[in-house]
Amino acid sequence: MDPMEQNSQGEQPVRAEPDSVRSAKHSRRAFLFKLSLAVNGAVGAVLAVPIIGYLLGPAMKKGSSYNSWISLGSLSDFPEGETRLVNYRNPVTTSWDGQTGDIPCWVRRVSGTTFQVFAINCAHLGCPVRWFAQSKLFLCPCHGGAYYADGARASGPPERGLFEYEHKVSGDTLMISAGKMPTLANQARVDTPLTQIDGTDATKRLMALERPEPRCGSCQG
Amino acid sequence: MPGLKQRGLELYGWFEQRLGLGTPIIEMAEHEVPENTSSWWYVFGSAATVLLVLQVMTGVLLALVYETSASHAWNSLQFLDHSVKLGWFLRAVHGWGSDFMIAVVLVHMAQVFLFGAYKFPRELTWIIGVGLLLLTLGMAFTGQVLRFDQDAYWGLGIGASIVSRVPIIGGWLVDMMLGGPIIAGPTLTRFFALHVFVIPGTLLAMVGLHVWMVLRLGINDWPMPGRVVRKSTYVREYDELTKKTGIPFVPDAAWKDAIFAAAIMLSVIACALIFGPFGPTGQPDPTIIQTAPKPDFAFLWIYAVLAYLPPSLETPVLFIAPVLGIGAMLLLPLIGGEGEKHWSRRPVAVLMLAVIAVTLGVFTRLGTYTPWSPIMEAWTSDPIPVAYLHNRTPLERQGAIVLQNKQCRNCHSVGGAGGLRGPALDAIASRMTEDQIIRQVLQGGGNMPAYGNALNPSETTALVRFLATLRGNDLSPAIDASRHLADSSETPATPLTEH
Repeated sequence: MDPMEQNSQGEQPVRAEPDSVRSAKHSRRAFLFKLSLAVNGAVGAVLAVPIIGYLLGPAMKKGSSYNSWISLGSLSDFPEGETRLVNYRNPVTTSWDGQTGDIPCWVRRVSGTTFQVFAINCAHLGCPVRWFAQSKLFLCPCHGGAYYADGARASGPPERGLFEYEHKVSGDTLMISAGKMPTLANQARVDTPLTQIDGTDATKRLMALERPEPRCGSCQG
Repeated sequence: MPGLKQRGLELYGWFEQRLGLGTPIIEMAEHEVPENTSSWWYVFGSAATVLLVLQVMTGVLLALVYETSASHAWNSLQFLDHSVKLGWFLRAVHGWGSDFMIAVVLVHMAQVFLFGAYKFPRELTWIIGVGLLLLTLGMAFTGQVLRFDQDAYWGLGIGASIVSRVPIIGGWLVDMMLGGPIIAGPTLTRFFALHVFVIPGTLLAMVGLHVWMVLRLGINDWPMPGRVVRKSTYVREYDELTKKTGIPFVPDAAWKDAIFAAAIMLSVIACALIFGPFGPTGQPDPTIIQTAPKPDFAFLWIYAVLAYLPPSLETPVLFIAPVLGIGAMLLLPLIGGEGEKHWSRRPVAVLMLAVIAVTLGVFTRLGTYTPWSPIMEAWTSDPIPVAYLHNRTPLERQGAIVLQNKQCRNCHSVGGAGGLRGPALDAIASRMTEDQIIRQVLQGGGNMPAYGNALNPSETTALVRFLATLRGNDLSPAIDASRHLADSSETPATPLTEH
């Protein structure tokens, strides 16, 4: 005979309990079950706090706390009137970041100690913009965003000019405040370039040009 | 060998007594389905499932070698391709399996939509199917990230830039996506966790639900014009149909699924053998900026749409369109749960499907050759056709040099070579007068930057003189009608008469 059946026969007297006792026992067990659910819910909530804290960790840090001042090199590396590509090691990296921790940026020395330092990332979707010295334009390979030498938007899908790093000249060294990838979320949405050289003029001219021209991309003016 | 067979049966019996799964599985396989569901149109769902199994298997095999660190992931793929025996083939099968899976899932969805199979009582099956489509695309995107190359790196940049446009919480979402301040090690590991644990786990569970509902509710009967779905009668009608024309699913209907699945698998293997694995392209080194990042095939259409949206519309479209699109797909069976199933009685549905398919196709096609992107090397690599320099004055030839040096070719093609972002210049003088060309070059406009700061007066003169000679196959030059009226007493003076 199956041991389980034996057991149930052995408990025969229990079944003889009056219905009132059985229902009292049932309601007690149902209560205990509900209590156990509540206990588990509480344990779950306690566990959820560190889990959610862990998950949200990267997002809880203040954006500016990633940034620190780093050197891009001595002033003599940057001839006046030229725009050069400079790579820097991101101040916040892990040892397994490899090459992804090396970030390029465009340094434009306007004159003397007047600089502009542009992020490599197009303000449209973050692709790497390239400087063309002859036509004095930054061009983006992804969707054809174009910017003037001062970073102002020239044409294409970007809604603003190039992102700029805060910079300062300390002694003979050009320093920038870097650490976080620039996106529309951490750089003001429609921001005029930090350094206004011929930018105001270009922006005004563009605005004047753009307003009366609801044309298609390929139409000629 | 009757003894062996007997022993085999005994072994089966031993397990069956404890598991009790064999009988229900056999019953499930042999359950009756209406005869008209045995169709070559009804094979895509099972093929997608088989492809999923293939992806899981090849994925596990690739994980034996793949190194999940930003500094070594790319090298480990090179190692897989060149140093691990048949590693390239496994990568190729996984990559092509992914493309085939997206294609088969889309075809399956189109077929279900066209056949009205999402109608009562299969609404939830469709809704879960929409989730499966999104998860499949999620697998494709995260998989593309794990192929940690240049395209993956800048693709992450594009993803982060899109996410950053979300109002208010954009910056927070970017941090969550990248796992740190920049695209780096923590970014790769979180996409690995998504690609290997989170999404496949959810995908498998939802495929289980999807298949369970197909078994429970029956395969959609072949739609007939006039056979209308009503909630009150459908189940009874379906049961009657099954009783009258029922055939066992295995083997009478399933053989078509099996043959199609085999054909798809063979196609994947053939593509893997012939075309090999995808990438990896260049190293994920952001300092190498000589690159034109591009997403994988399934996302090319989004890449194209992002090129054509006007800047002011981009952010709203990016976030409102997917909500509307996915919302419409989810609501479809709840709103259109009854009525005609046959395509001949649902012209709007057929039209919608056609429009969506053509739209996706056109944008994908555009994405393959990106006419909106400047060709960065065109100014040094594509010469001016010799014919365009014949019988030109020295000044005009100087202008041709200016055209090259000022990188005009990056956006404008001449003689069929060069960028497609701006119009071809071969017949520009037949469309614009010299004055218009000067204005356009110096001030820009439309989609063209202003070159006033980049050209000195003599360069401008030379360039415009050269452009004024470009009139295609000797088309007549563009004429300023107002000037013609004003100067009507004089003979029209044009500098192009010598040509």
